[in-house]
Formats: sequence, C-alpha cells, structure tokens
Amino acid sequence: MIELQEVSKTFRSRQGDPVHALDGISLRVEPEEFVAIVGPSGCGKSTLLRLVGGLTRPSAGVVRVRGAEVREPFPDAGFVFQSAVLLPWRTVLDNVLFSIEMLGQPREAYRARAQALIELAGLRGFEGKYPWELSGGMQQRAAICRALVHDPSLLLMDEPFGALDAMTREEMSFELLRIWGERRKTILFVTHSIPEAILLSDRVVVMTPRPGRLARVLPIDLPRPRTVEMEFDERFRKASDEIRSLIFARRPEASGAGRR
Amino acid sequence: MPAAAERRAREVLLPAGVLLGALALWEIVWRLLDVPRFVVPLPSGILLETWAFRGHLLAHGWVTLYETLAGFALSVLVGTPLAVLIVYSPVLRSAIYPLLVVTQAVPKVAIAPVLLLLLGAGEVSKVVVAFLVAFFPIVVDTATGLAATPPELLDLSRSYRASAFKTFVKVRFPMALPFFFSGLKVAVTLSVIGAVVGEFVGSDRGLGYVIVSATSYWKSNLAFGAMLLLAVMAVGLFALVEAVERLVCPWYAFARDGAETRAEAR
Repeated sequence: MIELQEVSKTFRSRQGDPVHALDGISLRVEPEEFVAIVGPSGCGKSTLLRLVGGLTRPSAGVVRVRGAEVREPFPDAGFVFQSAVLLPWRTVLDNVLFSIEMLGQPREAYRARAQALIELAGLRGFEGKYPWELSGGMQQRAAICRALVHDPSLLLMDEPFGALDAMTREEMSFELLRIWGERRKTILFVTHSIPEAILLSDRVVVMTPRPGRLARVLPIDLPRPRTVEMEFDERFRKASDEIRSLIFARRPEASGAGRR
Repeated sequence: MPAAAERRAREVLLPAGVLLGALALWEIVWRLLDVPRFVVPLPSGILLETWAFRGHLLAHGWVTLYETLAGFALSVLVGTPLAVLIVYSPVLRSAIYPLLVVTQAVPKVAIAPVLLLLLGAGEVSKVVVAFLVAFFPIVVDTATGLAATPPELLDLSRSYRASAFKTFVKVRFPMALPFFFSGLKVAVTLSVIGAVVGEFVGSDRGLGYVIVSATSYWKSNLAFGAMLLLAVMAVGLFALVEAVERLVCPWYAFARDGAETRAEAR
C-alpha cells in the first residue's frame, strides 16, 4: 500500500541553514494495516505523514502509494489532525460533507453515507449541532467522519487524540478501533504516546530525532480485538519497555529520568 | 430574568444612567457657578435649540451621513481586495504595505485642504477624506484574519486538490469574517470623523459646517446640537454593523456570548 524508499527531507531554517528532518527512511505498509509512528518531538513524524499524503515532496528518495509515486495530494487519503479544525458555521453533517464539496462531488450522493458514518462514530442526534456545541472528543469524531466520507483507502492521522484529556483519549482509541473494524483502511497514526501506539497498531515504527531516522519497526503481538486489560499483559509491557529504551538510548543524560 | 437578558439590560441601562447623571450634574453645577452660556451651554439649552433647529440639523445631517456612507463603502470596496492581495502575494505585500503605512502616517487634517484644492469644495473631497481614514483598519484586520487560517485547514483543502479560489470562498474568507467585521466597526466610526474633518476645512453643507459656522457666531447651543447628532449617527452606524455581524457570523457571536456567560457563572 505505502512504500518509502530511502526518503530524506531537508528544510531550510529561517537563518537559511539546512535542517535534516528525515534521513534515509525506508518502510513498507501493507493494505489495511494499522501502523503507529512514535518518537519524541522533532523526530519528523509529522513530516513523514505529510510526505505520504503528498503535502510535501521528499528531498531525496521515493514515496509510493499503491505503486504510484506520490507527487501531489491525492483524494484516496483522508487526514485527521491534532485539532479537529471543523468549520464553525457548519453543522456536523455539513462539516462531514465538506470533503465532498472540496472534491467537487455532488453532496446529495454522499448524504446517506455521511449519515451512516455519523451514526457509526456515535454522533447520532448531533448532525444538526454546531462545533461549539460539541465536546473536544465529539469534535474529533466529526473530524474522523470528514476524513472517511469520500471512502479513501488510506487514513493519515497526526496525533489525533493529542489535545484530548486522558480519559476521552482512551475512549477515542477504542472508538477508532471499532470504526476501523467496520471500515477497513490502511492507517498511519502519528502519536507521542507509547501505550496508545501499542494498543492500536499492528506495528509500531520507532523514530529518533535530528535527523529523523527509523530506530526499529516493532510488530505488536497482541490479539484483536484489543481491550483495556491488555495494558497489563506481559507482551504489552515488553513492547513498551523496548520502545522506551530505543527512544531514550540516544539521550544518555535523560535515559535514567525517562524510565519512570 | 434569564442571565442573557439581564446582561443586555445592564449593558444599556448602566451607560444610560451614567450619561443622564453626568448631564444632570453639568446642568446643576453650571447654574450654580453661572458659567457664561455662550462658552459652554446648558444641556437643557442644547436640547431646546436642537429641537428648534431640527429641520436645519437633519438636512445637514443627511449630507454628512451620505458622505460618511459613501466613504465607508469605498473603503470596504478598496480595503478588502487590498487585504486579499497582501495575504496572497508576498511581492505585493512588500510593495504595498509600507506605502499603506505611509498614508496613515500623514495626518488626515493635513491632507484635507490639499484634497479640497484637487477635488473642489463639494462632497467628493469629504468622501475621499472619509475613505482615507477608514480603509486602513479594514485592510489590516482583514489581512490579519486571512493570514490566521489554521494551517491544518489549508492542508486539508490542499489534500482535496481544491483550487485556491474555492479554498478562499469556502474556508479562508468565512474564517476571517470576525476580523473583517472588527475592521468594519472601527472603519465606520472613523468615516464619520473623516467626513466631518473634510467639512471643517471647507464646505457650505454638513454637520461639520454647522459646527464651524455656529461657533463663529457664538451659537454654542447649535454647535453642541450638531455634535449630539454626530454622536447619535456614529453610535447608530456602529450598532448597525454589529447587527449585521451577528446576522452573518452567528457562530462567532454565540461563541463569544457563550464564553461571557461561562465566565460570569464562575
């Protein structure tokens, strides 16, 4: 589904110095796979997502989706960001149909689909509400519906639950798994929460910062459906420890403090 | 009484009460101290004179209102596209923006006589002065609003391969509306000032003219009556723009009122 070959990305800083955001990333993601990307801030995980979505071009290397090289954004991907960024003058239903309008498709043809997604996301009865009438978690559910309404095969999520409180966050993780169970997609999920990455994904990509490199790709050997109890599973703890040591290994002065 | 209605009532009653109190104090102190009426008149005298000259004042008020609205309309028609150009083209931004700041640095009172020479003593020169004072806040506020579009929304629009025009119409401009309206509110009150400044410099019509001619004949009551009418006009226009804002972007007004209610509940 997704293939990255020796992808590097260099930005110019304000002073004109080159900043190596990503360096020599190679990764394959299978169709309908759920892959989480974890790493400390500044490791280029958001940049990686933007490269796959075609929002930026790599400085070197090739990004392919379904065998075709990504040169520009393509409609077969749906984006979810840390903030829901719903349009405040639109109702939930109209916000979901925003994707359809921007793609230049007829709204009416997607109305039923939008309604079904809203119900699937647990927003039944809120179709006519405005974003400021919804809680943060509900806004993010609407944003997920907006990303899915045009039925893309790829879902790109950039810390989608990062702005939510801990309890809502956990609830939303299971909601996402439930929605993913009904509408199978390939998901690339950027997060800085190690437990979230393990709980959700088939594989966890661990990254190290400056320049952003792949430290390891860790398969998560936990059965599905995932449950809250799995956080106490031995395999969960081992995966968590391994990711932690990979992230903190590069920072000797912080390695002690990191293992709380 | 519901909290919102109570707040509304308080928003009107409190300032009205303060105003009436101040006028009463003015009247009493002036009568006690026996200040010469032609220097600063009494509130009662102003009201009587305003009523006696109502036809005269309204006729001149109409001229000023017309100049104000024309100047304001012009500032919206010119200011909004300028803001769009500045935000969308970095080259134009560096080319135009410093010049705009220069136009604001020159005092309008100083430009007015020159404009009068160029455009004659008619209404056009007043409209242009009103425009010159009013368009800048529209440009600055609208540009700020357009530049404040959340980057995620721009990424999202790009991910659908929507055109820049579609993104502008469906996302950027509606998102900037609250900024646009705060520019309009400043601009509409400035337009009144601009029109009056134009009239001060040279005219035979308008409330600015009434003030200049009345004071030169020591008719302070009439001059104050004209000022009263100007104040009513400026407040009325401001309220009108605010009403349109509530109509056009209710989400913003609701969100703002909601925030106020929550803040008061604490």
